[in-house]
Amino acid sequence: MAAAAQVVKRARAKRSSNTLSGLLFCLPALVGLAALTVYPVAASLYYSFCNYSVLKPPMWIGTGNYERLATDELFFRSLWNTVYFAALAVPIGIVVAFLLALLLNVKVRGMTVYRTTFYVPSIVPMVASAVLWIWLFNPQSGAVNAILRHVPGVANPPGWLSDPAWAKPTIVLWSVWGVGNTVVIFLAGLQGVPKDLYEAAEVDGASAWQKVRAITVPYMSPYVLFALVMGLIGSFQFFTPAMVMTNGTGGPADSTMFYALNLFHRAFSDFKMGYACAMAWVLFVLVVLATIAVFKSSARFVYYESGEGGAA
Amino acid sequence: MTDESQAVPRPLWQRVLTQAMLVFFSAVFIMPFLWLMTSSVKTDAQIFKTPPEWLPLMPVTVDADGVQLPVYRAPNGERFAVVERDKETSQATVRSVLADGSVGAVATREFYGLEAERRFGLNWRNYPEGLRFIKFGRQLTNTLIICISSAIGCVLSCSLVSYGLARIDWRGRKWLFYAILATMMIPPQVTMVPLFVVWAKLHMVNTYWPLILPSFLAPGFFVFLLRQFFLSIPQDLTDAAKLEGCGELGIYWRIVLPLSKPALATVGLFAFLGAWNDYLGPLIYLSDERMYTLSLGIASFSSQYGSFPGMLMAVSTVMTVPIIMLFFFTQRTFIQGITLTGMKG
Repeated sequence: MAAAAQVVKRARAKRSSNTLSGLLFCLPALVGLAALTVYPVAASLYYSFCNYSVLKPPMWIGTGNYERLATDELFFRSLWNTVYFAALAVPIGIVVAFLLALLLNVKVRGMTVYRTTFYVPSIVPMVASAVLWIWLFNPQSGAVNAILRHVPGVANPPGWLSDPAWAKPTIVLWSVWGVGNTVVIFLAGLQGVPKDLYEAAEVDGASAWQKVRAITVPYMSPYVLFALVMGLIGSFQFFTPAMVMTNGTGGPADSTMFYALNLFHRAFSDFKMGYACAMAWVLFVLVVLATIAVFKSSARFVYYESGEGGAA
Repeated sequence: MTDESQAVPRPLWQRVLTQAMLVFFSAVFIMPFLWLMTSSVKTDAQIFKTPPEWLPLMPVTVDADGVQLPVYRAPNGERFAVVERDKETSQATVRSVLADGSVGAVATREFYGLEAERRFGLNWRNYPEGLRFIKFGRQLTNTLIICISSAIGCVLSCSLVSYGLARIDWRGRKWLFYAILATMMIPPQVTMVPLFVVWAKLHMVNTYWPLILPSFLAPGFFVFLLRQFFLSIPQDLTDAAKLEGCGELGIYWRIVLPLSKPALATVGLFAFLGAWNDYLGPLIYLSDERMYTLSLGIASFSSQYGSFPGMLMAVSTVMTVPIIMLFFFTQRTFIQGITLTGMKG
């Protein structure tokens, strides 16, 4: 009895000394959590109910900022632009990345060279690639239209970034150029698909397309879900290329005024900090809702090896 | 789709088709780079040409008594060195260029109809001029200060925290880990304004602290990555050290860190790259031009002097090439890092 009590006591002492060293090791994260997340999140929520220009202390105005958002045309414009961008860039990016990964997974000569070619654009500094895009897609003297003019049937190539109807698709193309990251993730996933499944399918006389549909796609679905969620979160925060390509104007005709760009201007051009915080919270809620929606619907298309459905 | 080529070789048409598609997509992905690099050695006049030209061409000049004069060609094939040109009357003072390359007597003729003669040549001047223009030396130093500090900060703080989360059994570690994961879900826009206000109140706007210090407070993404790695280190190794009286700090420093070099390299590399590419952070916190990073410098160059695309392409190349070189030297670290973080699918 006494011995058992001693063991418990010692274990308890051990645990509490563990707690101390655990806390000490995690100190940077605890400070970071408090200073970079908990406080700013709380302050941001508070500011979102205030009139605040930094120079004067925040003044409580209740839901005033949110009410003004409801009638702010630019707010809805930027929201629409962002949804439009996400709806194009995320699926196209995933399809292109999947296709490239499938091609790379065929053991052909020069695979590493191709992989590098597809990956490298994704590490080009965003500012540099945004600046490059301005000139590449220059309607008169850019390379893209130079090539397009040689394509039969294209007499008048688009004005790209100078045309309100084409500006967003141009930026979508920019984002597709940077899918290399997703290609590498998909490729790693493809290499984990059990090979005997394909062999079995072949014995049964399945075509290449049937194999992709019935084996590759289900096995890859968790990776696709990951890319989908990351892509969604990323596009709601999309900022740098839009800022650089348009000199921050979000033009032409507000066609590239994305949500995060609009928010940045409200905060740091107009110094409407409270208003910007209200926008940030609307963004936050939308991102969370979109993520939940994706996870909920993912139960239908995501396959997990253990056999359970995708209850995430 | 699999490595079945050893068993049954793929039909030839399939292999050819795959190669063809890969070549096509590679060409599409490489084209922007080609444009960037060729434009960086073109003259601005050439970049503005419609339709655009792929090969960098330089105007041909001829030496006329110690002065370099541009050479023009008349429709009949005669070549002239243009000494002076009166834009109002469209008359030009020219010297004919003889077959042996020397110049003849001075004459006056109609300028209209003359075409500048150009041949393949690289306009390297964009580089020194562009770099001087954006004060490259200073901006590179500024960028490196932030990049290196961030890399050190992330490796140090994230490895400590990940050790605390993965290798020490204490109450609340799970809770803390979930909290760190949750921070990754919060859009930076939510915390952007209050953080700016805090730094402004501390009078630290226009210093590098707002860009560096957060790296020392264990960014969640890298904690996630390192914790995964630390969990995979066998428990026996650290238990043995503990029996010999080694403390947690000793185990962290002498066993776990040396075993985790590849993962630490990934964290350092990604943190460095993140800081190198960061634009929003410097944009918010750095207003003094002498403090600018390369991202900020190039973006402001682009918005203010859009009519010097040659120099702009040159400085963009200079900002991009080191990153690509870094990638070639550390490919394994890169690929491992991406798959480590992407695997959680």
